[in-house]
Amino acid sequence: MNVFLALTFSGIALGAIYFLAASGLSLIYGLMDILNFAHGLFMTLGAYVAWDVASHLPTSWGAPLLFSIAVVASIIGGALAAGLTEVLLIRPLYGRPVSQILVTIGLDLAVVGLLLGGFGSNSLSIPVPLWLIEASRVGGLDLPNSNFVALVAGVVILVALELFLHRTRYGITIRAGVENRDMVSALGINVGRAFTLVFVIGGAMAGLAGLLYAVVFSGDLISPTQGDSLLIFAFIVVVIGGLGSIRGSAVAALVVGLVQDYTNFYLGSHSGMAEIGNLSVVLLLALVLEWRPRGLFGSTL
Amino acid sequence: MSPVAEPQSHALEAMGLGFRVGGATILSDIDLAVPAGGFLGIIGPNGAGKTTLLNLLSGLLAPTSGSIRLEGRDVAHVAPSARAGLGLGRTFQTSSLFNALSVFENARLSALARLGGSGHFWRRPRSRDEASQVAIEVLADVGLSSLADRPTGLLSHGDKRKLELAILLAARARILLLDEPMAGVNTEDVPLLMELIGRLHGEGRTVVMVEHHMAVVVGLAETIAVLDSGRVLATGDPESVIANDDVQRAYLGQPL
Repeated sequence: MNVFLALTFSGIALGAIYFLAASGLSLIYGLMDILNFAHGLFMTLGAYVAWDVASHLPTSWGAPLLFSIAVVASIIGGALAAGLTEVLLIRPLYGRPVSQILVTIGLDLAVVGLLLGGFGSNSLSIPVPLWLIEASRVGGLDLPNSNFVALVAGVVILVALELFLHRTRYGITIRAGVENRDMVSALGINVGRAFTLVFVIGGAMAGLAGLLYAVVFSGDLISPTQGDSLLIFAFIVVVIGGLGSIRGSAVAALVVGLVQDYTNFYLGSHSGMAEIGNLSVVLLLALVLEWRPRGLFGSTL
Repeated sequence: MSPVAEPQSHALEAMGLGFRVGGATILSDIDLAVPAGGFLGIIGPNGAGKTTLLNLLSGLLAPTSGSIRLEGRDVAHVAPSARAGLGLGRTFQTSSLFNALSVFENARLSALARLGGSGHFWRRPRSRDEASQVAIEVLADVGLSSLADRPTGLLSHGDKRKLELAILLAARARILLLDEPMAGVNTEDVPLLMELIGRLHGEGRTVVMVEHHMAVVVGLAETIAVLDSGRVLATGDPESVIANDDVQRAYLGQPL
């Protein structure tokens, strides 16, 4: 029972990170019809910017401060990368969705290649405070502190995103645009500004997801291809949740995180198939699409 | 076409308007003039080109010939959003509302589009900003205040039509183009909507309405234009148009 509870907790933490990665992807698709293959790159860049900033600051500042700065840097790095991508590469291709998708694939391949060339394929280590590696004893269970961090980040971002989408004028414009973009332009509203904004917001969340995944599940190590392997699960979450739906992404992220965690432990450790959790997620995707082809939450926010 | 209005006071005017797609002529030689504060009803059999005409007037389509004047200004090649800025508002046969948004948010979005600007990013919609005030006012005006927080997708057809009119009011449209406002509306809601449209017109707005429901057109319009096969078959006051032989022939078998 204790094992089950501990697994549940880490599955939820994994789900929280999937949510950070998937919600931006989902908004971008919902509003702009772009499958953003550069989203994995935004995750990777977030982690690398965090590492670069933290490793250039004096270690005398202490790990807690350095890690806090790294978190902020990952968010800014992801947001900047995504904002520049939208303005420089996506914007000139408005009205050409296939070219937009291709340019995101090309960007991802090129920059990941540059990272491999510049930093090598070896993993780099993010400086983290000691307490992040430790565990807290809650109700007889030793729960990793890093999992709490992921959980808190996921909840905070979910609440912030919901408030933004429902309480601000840009949020309303984005929700309207996800439903019918042409109608929003017909009203005389500049949808292009909303496009840049969803990229920036999505990139910020992706950057944070990239850093947190490294810290929570990858032993504080980052590598150039990490974001792309996360991206596959983010896409699965988006499709299961329903394209364009934030709440759908949140629910689907939890389900995917839990299923992956359970199967990895219960089936993986008995069968010796280490990656069986990944297979289970793809099966889950197939089942959900068989049952609800538009995903759990259709196409509304 | 209205005999009472002076030429310079026309709110909306089409001169020699034509629209061709490939080799097909959809509309040709359309001459229409609606005086400020006038009410033009457009009728005609299916396929006559009524919706195409509204698309030209609102700017969704560009005419292949002729001109369109909005309060004296040539707008034939002006974008729909810019025409909206000049006071032209339009509704669609199929609802153009955002179903995922609340009734209030739909009205507010329209007010935001008109007010423009980029400030007040974080201001909450329910706070007393100008767009919210406008939304509250126009919803009260069309009688939807009690449904303000309801998701738009759950409204009846009649209430959706009311909300569409509220959206035009929020955009401060002075000239309303209504494409079959009674389509899909329950019979008991028709008089309510008629009264509302009549009131909006009575407050000084210019209305151009395409509608199949003859009682509605005859009851509201000051002038009726009959469209048939892409041409204006007849224009005039409701009585004379209904009595017109050509109109009777075009509508052969259809009760007028």
